[in-house]
Amino acid sequence: MILFDKVSKRYPGGQEALSTVSFHLKPGEMAFLTGHSGAGKSSLLKLITLIERASGGQILIDGQNLARLGRRGIPHLRRSIGTVFQDYRLLHDCTVFDNVALPLIITGLQRRDVVRRVHAALDMVDLLNKEKRYPVTLSGGEQQRIGIARAVVNKPPLLLADEPTGNLDPELSREIMALFELFNQVGVTVLIASHDLELISHLPYRVLTLEKGRLVHGGEVADS
Amino acid sequence: MRSGGRKPVNKPQRSGASRDAGRRRGPGSYLERHLQVLVPSLGQLNRAPLSALITATVIGIALALPAGLYVLVDHARQLGGHWQETTRISLFLKQNIETRQGEALADTLAAREGIDSAEYISPQQALAEFREFSGFGDVLDSLESNPLPGLVVVQPDFSYQPDAIQTLLEQLQTLQEVDIAELDMKWVKRLHSIIDIIQRGILTIAVLLALAVLLIVGNTIRLDIENRREEIVITKLIGATDGFIRRPFLYTGFWYGLAGAVIALVLVNISMALLQQPVSRLAGLYGSDFQLGFTTLEMVMLLLLAGVVLGLLGALLAVSRHLRAIEPG
Ligand SMILES: Nc1ncnc2c1ncn2[C@@H]1O[C@H](COP(=O)(O)OP(=O)(O)OP(=O)(O)O)[C@@H](O)[C@H]1O
Ligand SMILES: [Mg+2]
Repeated sequence: MILFDKVSKRYPGGQEALSTVSFHLKPGEMAFLTGHSGAGKSSLLKLITLIERASGGQILIDGQNLARLGRRGIPHLRRSIGTVFQDYRLLHDCTVFDNVALPLIITGLQRRDVVRRVHAALDMVDLLNKEKRYPVTLSGGEQQRIGIARAVVNKPPLLLADEPTGNLDPELSREIMALFELFNQVGVTVLIASHDLELISHLPYRVLTLEKGRLVHGGEVADS
Repeated sequence: MRSGGRKPVNKPQRSGASRDAGRRRGPGSYLERHLQVLVPSLGQLNRAPLSALITATVIGIALALPAGLYVLVDHARQLGGHWQETTRISLFLKQNIETRQGEALADTLAAREGIDSAEYISPQQALAEFREFSGFGDVLDSLESNPLPGLVVVQPDFSYQPDAIQTLLEQLQTLQEVDIAELDMKWVKRLHSIIDIIQRGILTIAVLLALAVLLIVGNTIRLDIENRREEIVITKLIGATDGFIRRPFLYTGFWYGLAGAVIALVLVNISMALLQQPVSRLAGLYGSDFQLGFTTLEMVMLLLLAGVVLGLLGALLAVSRHLRAIEPG
């Protein structure tokens, strides 16, 4: 599903954020991406959704070479990837319902189906009773869950999350992780960037560790 | 999550399937999506109603100016018709035409359609008039014979337009008795050329003000784009196409143009109503029943079209210049 082959990323400003990173995440796999602050976790996720372009190497997403994907192809790529952002990235003058409906509306889905699927997604994150509220009137954890509902409402085959538990207490963090596991169980490929080693160590998933832009652990291709 | 969280989750789409989703849209859904945005974009304007109203009013004034001038000049052109009583056709008759024949010709012409009256002036009368007005009496006395031809002065029908008069002139020219047919249309011609100049001036003003409308709409939309930068970034991150993001701004431009045109119509018609009385009083002094009318249906359509086109164009300019620059990063 995600294939990195000697990928490097150098920002216009200066040093390499990622150097010769190679790994393969198979369809249906779930993995964590860890590393110290500034190791390049966010940069790696940004390369997958083409928020940034790689400076070297090759990235294949679901068999598609991102280097060959032009500007016009980007929206389609992003629709097939659900992303949970570290800073939520919610529309503040839209209700919870409208925020979650956004990915469906941009694909031109019928209103009836939009309502049904948004309700299903909100139910999953336990926010159904707050659909008419505005994001700012909700707690950080609740906003994070709006972001998760929005990321999955489209039923994307790939789910990326950047520090989804960054601002949450341990109890809530475990619940969020359980939610990601649930998605993974129905076949969604999941990649979560997190520096919460304590939380990750209790879960039976592959861990990719970045150090100063190099993949120092978990990069070996799993057999078969 | 919490208690009721463990619900069965639907299988995700394979991404191949989601790729097809774009093509599977129903035929009506393109229009439907436009409508989905058209009405909310009104809501956008509703968020800051005062500044939206001010923008629309400025556009309205910019459109009203050339439109109002155009309506005035259009009326002046009709007024030109009333001045045609000064239009006369002089038929200089051939030398061998006797007074009797000339008078007969004047009588036939007077009865003809499109001619109000016709008067015969004999060479002697013409000479007497010439002597009186030119001051060349002595010179004329030394001539052995009267060099002036007989003349029929034809007054065309008042309702005749300049080109119809021209046709009449050509017909009269072919008459057997007529040597030269001459049209005295100085006034009408002058009026028309003045109107032409004014109209060209209005066209220049209209072009400049259209440019102003483009800039007003463009700048308003640019500010709108700046204010909604975060929103645009987020929608791009979620996978919105450029077209999707562009649409609400284009609709905003559409509404501005339409509202501006409606305001312009109101302004023009109010001005006409205010001018109505003094103009008809003035016309009355000249014995004319001339009246200022309101904008014609044609004018209404033209103004609405101009407003909408300029609004959309201004929005398109702003969007193509500023939207591309906003990228998540
Ligand atoms: N837009 C940018 N321009 C220049 N340098 C950047 C940019 N974004 C990130 N970097 C640099 O790239 C390196 C990796 O940054 P990145 O955000 O990927 O780290 P991270 O692992 O996500 O860190 P954190 O855990 O703090 O979020 C850092 O040294 C950072 O300064
Ligand atoms: Mg980061």
